[in-house]
Formats: sequence, structure tokens, C-alpha cells
Amino acid sequence: MKLKANLISGRTADQGAHLEAKTYRGYFDACAYCELNSADLDKLGVSEGNSLKVATDFGEVVVFAKANDGNPDGLAFIPMGPWANTVLDPDTHGCGMPGLKGVPSEIEATEEKPLDMKSLMKQYRED
Amino acid sequence: MPVIKDAVCSLCGSLCDDITVTVEDNKITKIENACILGHSKFVGMFEHDRIETPMIRKDGELVPVPYEEAIEAAAKILVNSRRTLSYGWCSTSCEAIGKAIQLAEETGSLIDSTANVCHGPSALAAQEKGSPGASLGVIKNRADVIVFWGCNPVHAHPRHMSRYSSFSKGLFSTKGRKGRKMVVIDVRKTDTAKLADKYVEIEQGSDLLLITALRSAVNGHEDVIPETVAGISKEEILELAETLKNAQFSCIFFGMGVTQSRSKYKNGDGVSSLISDLNQHSKAVTIGMRGHYNVTGFGQVATWETGFPMAIDFSRGFPYYNPGETGANDVLVREEADAAIISAADPGAHFPQKAVRHLAKIPVIQIDPYANPTTEIADVVIPAAVVGIEAEGTAYRMDAIPIRMKKLIDTEFKTDEQITKDLITKVRELKEGA
Ligand code: SF4
Repeated sequence: MKLKANLISGRTADQGAHLEAKTYRGYFDACAYCELNSADLDKLGVSEGNSLKVATDFGEVVVFAKANDGNPDGLAFIPMGPWANTVLDPDTHGCGMPGLKGVPSEIEATEEKPLDMKSLMKQYRED
Repeated sequence: MPVIKDAVCSLCGSLCDDITVTVEDNKITKIENACILGHSKFVGMFEHDRIETPMIRKDGELVPVPYEEAIEAAAKILVNSRRTLSYGWCSTSCEAIGKAIQLAEETGSLIDSTANVCHGPSALAAQEKGSPGASLGVIKNRADVIVFWGCNPVHAHPRHMSRYSSFSKGLFSTKGRKGRKMVVIDVRKTDTAKLADKYVEIEQGSDLLLITALRSAVNGHEDVIPETVAGISKEEILELAETLKNAQFSCIFFGMGVTQSRSKYKNGDGVSSLISDLNQHSKAVTIGMRGHYNVTGFGQVATWETGFPMAIDFSRGFPYYNPGETGANDVLVREEADAAIISAADPGAHFPQKAVRHLAKIPVIQIDPYANPTTEIADVVIPAAVVGIEAEGTAYRMDAIPIRMKKLIDTEFKTDEQITKDLITKVRELKEGA
């Protein structure tokens, strides 16, 4: 089962508190997840802490599932950071700003685990 | 045991200047008044992954080198590059920003700030329609209606509401929270929305529709508003328009929800127009919730030095500005930049994959106190002092009020300003030798 969702990214207090500690486990915990409401998580058959694969036209990323019932149906949130940016839209539409909110995505359950920050960034060096 | 009062928190654009810091043996041992983000910054000084020494990437690994060697390697990259991107300069002092602009000019580089992925569209909006603002002090003393649109201060600017807006008590707002109506417009029920008197849930990406509907209502053209706009009923829109019109003093604070969503700068443009409409009935202002503590300062310094607030291209020998063409993400996505110098910002974490992929291919110089995702793709790394803790300097709060940051403890690390000066000297030397 794949869930079509509208993906946004943004700041959280936890992400902000790790702005200067991005090599730490705490940063990984604060950023490598995707929030959906519980009903959407149920549709995918996953519970908090399971892995989700989020795919867009720009790439795919594995992150942990997290429930947030403040999200309306079909709205996915990944905290700003290298995990979110694997799948956000680089097009600036001629005004400088990439598409960091409102990216059509497909989300499914996966057995894979999210990459830690260094492994994620290493992929860019090897590309 | 020295206790430093009224220290400035150099983390977010609220730039709180009422922090009490206790220093023992050149270490900060106690902090009062800071929020979780600020606390992490002050305490983090001694816990986080500090870059201890200059480094150069050799055979894929970053290896320690003497400072002079790193400066020389960085200067060579700058001199040999035909299209350098200089990016960041927002978690640093205005003094360092001034030097960064000088370095960009002398090397014919393109310089851009973190506004590129933040409030860049707000700067464009201000150029189109102006930006009727006020100082946070005025909001604190007068605002009876406060709107947070597409921003979540509980997480991003935790003390904003208690110091300057919803919860603060001021000269004519003696009742504090009780005397203010707080409205939150967002796509999901955030922790800030949970505190609001009125939460308006908008369909993601349809901010401009709601702004336009509100303008129609404020200007007496109710008849043209459909039954629902942006997922919100006409009735609710009319009610919100009345709240704004009947306010004695309202402020719309807006954030990334507005600038990063569809219509980007047109959203900010629309907010400015709405504010101007509201001023026919009452007093209204708007302020962008700026993220990095001195991203506002970059805009100020760049504007007085070059005439433009960001995305400034010196390759023609004079400042040229056309965001969308000269924005940091644009030159990376077009694979145009052939080298980059990055300071006090982290595009490795905050740029979309296509831009990061190009950054990873070109020589990257990083100046920063802490290791972060950008370090993973950097080729020359120069550690810096933490401005606002180990170095003094000036920063501009989100409402463009300059605040002097204090130096709280001593350090061996050089400041961004000093490092940039050293780079300028070395670049001149290399150019003269050529
Ligand atoms: S609100 Fe911002 S400036 Fe104030 S203490 Fe928190 S992080 Fe620092």
C-alpha cells in the first residue's frame, strides 16, 4: 500500500536545539522521521518507530514513522534537514526559493532503516 | 564568580537580550531566561562537536593542517575559481558580513544569505509592495490582535510570545494575553495553534487565495467571495476580516508556511497589500519571523554596501541582483558555481538534493564553529569562534533593531571577521603574485 501525501518540511524545537550538534544521535532522532496522523499510519499498517520510505520526483528517503494528530489527512511533515532535503523540490520557480513545502509524495512501509547523517551525506561525495 | 546580565542569545531572530549567564573558569555554568534552543546554544559550547583545528581534505579524509595552510588553500580556491558562490553569513556579526561582502567583491563572487531558503521571498515582496512594519516593542505595547500565519513560534522562536507578542504585557496592553486576540493560520494544528483563540486551518499552498478573499472582505466586496476558499468557509473568512478591521492595532507575523509554499513571494506581496487595506480602517503591521539570529543583519549590511539585500553577483565588477538567477540554489542547481565558500550556515543540511549534489562536486571552503552536514562535503574547513559567546558584534533582530552582542568567555578561535580579513589579505597577495 502506498499513501499519496502532500509533503512539507519545517522547524521543530528539537531540531532547533540540535542546530549546533548535528553530528549527534539527538539530531538524527530530531530530524529523521515523518509525521502523519494516526489514521494515515493505520492505512500503511505501521506504528511509531517503524520505517517509512518517502518517494517524490526528486528522490527517496527512509525515515521513522511518527504520529501527529494535528496533521490533516494526507499531510506529511519531515523536520527540515538532510533527510527531508533528499526528497524536496529543488526548483525555485525563478524566485530563488526551492520548493520546501507542498511536494507530492508517495509513502510506504519498509524494512530498511534510516541512514545516519554521515552515511547520508557520504552518498553525495560518492555520486 | 562573574555573573553577566543582559547577555544576548545569538540563536533565533528574537535575539533575546535579557539572558543571565554565570561564568566559572571561562565556562558557562548557568543560564537564566533562555529557552530550550538558547539553552542548547550556550551549554552546547562545551558539549557539541566543535571543529578543533583547520582541516583540508586529502584522499577523501579531512586532515588537520596549520591555520596558514588552510587560509592559503582557501585563497587559492577563490583566486582560481571563475564563479564562486559565497553563502551563509547569517549566524555571525554584521562586522563579519561586511568583510564577506568585500571578499566577494574582490573575488568577483556571487554572495547570498540563508534568506535564500527562508525569507528571501519576503524581501521580494517588500520590493513589490513595501513592508509596513513596526518594532517588536510597539507590538508589545499596543497590539490587541496578533496573527501567526504559517509560523510556529512555540518551536522556532520559543520566547517570542512571552517577550514581544501574545503573552507579554505592555504600556497599553496591561492585561497581557487576556487583552489580546491570538489567531493562528496554518496547515496543521501546531503547538502554537493549540494556544490560539482562533485557529484557521488552511489547505496547504492556498495562502494567496485566503489573502485575496480577506482583502475582498476588508474592501467591502463580500459578494465575490465563494462559499469556501482555501478550505475555509466564507463565514469564517468574513469573521476574520472583521476581527482584523475592528482591531485597534494588529500585527500579522508570518513564516515559512507563507514564503516556502506555492506562490512564494506573491504571498508576502499579498500580505503587504492586505495590511495596506487594513490601514484604511485601523492600524496594522506585518513582521517576518526571521530564523537565523542575524539574517536580518545580512540584509541590512548588504543593502547599505551594495544596494541589494541578498543574491548579489559581483562577476560583472559591479553588484547585480536577480534572485531566481543569482540565488544560491539557482547557481547550484544550474551547476554553474565552480567553488563555494560557506560560513555560519549549513546548506549541506538545508538545500535540496540537487544543489547539495553539485556542492559535493566543487571545492567547498567551510568556516564554522561546529561540524555539520556541510563539513561532510567540505574540502577546506576553518574553525571559528562562536559570535555572541566568544566574540562581540552587532546583530539585527527580526524587526531590524540592531543589538550589540557581548563577549562572554575567552577563546583561542579566530572570529569569522578575522578569518575573512586573513582571506582578503591572502587573495590580494596571490593576485599580485600572478
Ligand atoms: S527565543 Fe530565540 S533568542 Fe530568545 S532565548 Fe530562545 S532561541 Fe534565544
